[in-house]
Amino acid sequence: MSKFQFPESIRSRPVYGTLEPRPGKAHLMIADAEGAEALLDLAALDASIFRAAHIIYIPKATGETYVDRLKALEPAQFYVGPTYEASVQRIRRVLSDAHMGLQVYLTGTEGLMGQAQNEAMTAGIPHSAIQTEHRGSVARRMQCVHCKGITEDVMTDPFVCSHCGLNLFVRDHYSRRLAAFQGVRVDAEDPGNVPEPVELYK
Amino acid sequence: MSAAPQKAKAGAEKIEVEVSAIVPLNDLVTRFEFTRRDGQPFPPFSAGAHTVVEMNDDGRTRLNPYSLMSDPADPSKYAISVRRDDEGRGGSLFMHQKVKVGDPMTISYPVNLFPLDLRGRKHVFLAGGIGITPFMAMIAHLERMGGAWELHYACRSEALGTYADELTSRHPNKVHVYYDDKKQAIALEDLLDGQPLGTHVYVCGPQGMIQWVHKTAAAHGWPDENVHSEEFLAPQPGKPFEVRLCKSDITIQVGEHESLLEAIERCGVEAPFLCRGGACGQCETDVVEADGEFIHRDHWLDDDEHASGKKIMPCVSRFVGKTLVLDR
Repeated sequence: MSKFQFPESIRSRPVYGTLEPRPGKAHLMIADAEGAEALLDLAALDASIFRAAHIIYIPKATGETYVDRLKALEPAQFYVGPTYEASVQRIRRVLSDAHMGLQVYLTGTEGLMGQAQNEAMTAGIPHSAIQTEHRGSVARRMQCVHCKGITEDVMTDPFVCSHCGLNLFVRDHYSRRLAAFQGVRVDAEDPGNVPEPVELYK
Repeated sequence: MSAAPQKAKAGAEKIEVEVSAIVPLNDLVTRFEFTRRDGQPFPPFSAGAHTVVEMNDDGRTRLNPYSLMSDPADPSKYAISVRRDDEGRGGSLFMHQKVKVGDPMTISYPVNLFPLDLRGRKHVFLAGGIGITPFMAMIAHLERMGGAWELHYACRSEALGTYADELTSRHPNKVHVYYDDKKQAIALEDLLDGQPLGTHVYVCGPQGMIQWVHKTAAAHGWPDENVHSEEFLAPQPGKPFEVRLCKSDITIQVGEHESLLEAIERCGVEAPFLCRGGACGQCETDVVEADGEFIHRDHWLDDDEHASGKKIMPCVSRFVGKTLVLDR
């Protein structure tokens, strides 16, 4: 099962829902890895919206597991990308050509949903009108508040910043603008006193 | 709907003004311009704001909201345009028949329940009849800042097309006027189709038009956040009824032609209000006890709250029954 119930947290932490079919002229669906399962569940509710759907899918470690099943939904357009970074040009192009009446569905990891939501907001869609559903990994996209570098797919707390090498504490404090959680040096007052890293939510 | 501003005192702060010009525009609509009696500049207002005009009609106080339609960048005057309603409660008739140039009047500070969403990439205005007024200020504002907009304006006939000529000659490519008597109508579905992402639509006009726009836009996949509307309701007459105000410890009678809010004020109880038209939420009042039926007419409470019998908006809603006790 790809679903995970995040514990209650501070207001800053994003909350995700469950994708539902909504009336619209066009449907943009962006998913990574197990997010594919949420799209398959969406199709079970209303397969007809896929006739006007553009799916942008980044399988990550799931490889070919879901690709054929997504293709079988017969979306109007289907793109499989190697990484989010490789897909972002396409996402921007789709949004720049889009009109009011576009529905946006984001599903998969928090990093993907956050970044894609940012693109949709930049294109003029209010964030409250963008649907999201978390599936798969609970890994986080973290920003180091000291060097501002982004470390993707962080699974432990604390972790080492991939840019400046500081030991960072994983906070729930989230930036919608950066689509990242904030990582703060854990041993600032007592350098070298770093707690044993623990896997997130374990 | 935006949250109501929280204020301890009833109504917005007041401004003493003088009627500086009265300009009849057609058979039904007249523009009234105000200058300040103390010579100070008017407070700036944001496009879409309204002011509540106090009218002293033979000892009876009328308070009616009107959209400010002058240029928000001009602090030397405020202007409103009033449509005469011969079947109405008399506020517009008072303005048309009794008010003269040079008269002193009192109006409220501007309150905006219908602001532009300036994050919008483009603004589409849909006006029905006298609903054109807030858009006059919005257009002036967007012209100054170079914003993208277009206006679709439905009116009964050329003779009653308030400001239609002025708008069409100033902005020939952005203003589209539709005349009922020529069987012209706003092609709403075509209009909603193909608008760029980030477009906001604003509608001001009769209730049916507002509902039509909200419904059609939702069916076309527009987020609620991108559809804005404003409609001031006038309180409707109804059977007289009795109300007990438990905090003030008095029992009052609400007459056939006055609203519950007006009756409360007439009896000397200060109750909060801003728009007096069922839109702002300021006068929301808790019901302590009720045996009878509510006639809810506001746009503020949701259906569940209406059904609960626990709240009432005294500016437009009424009550029929034996007992009503309010926490006021």
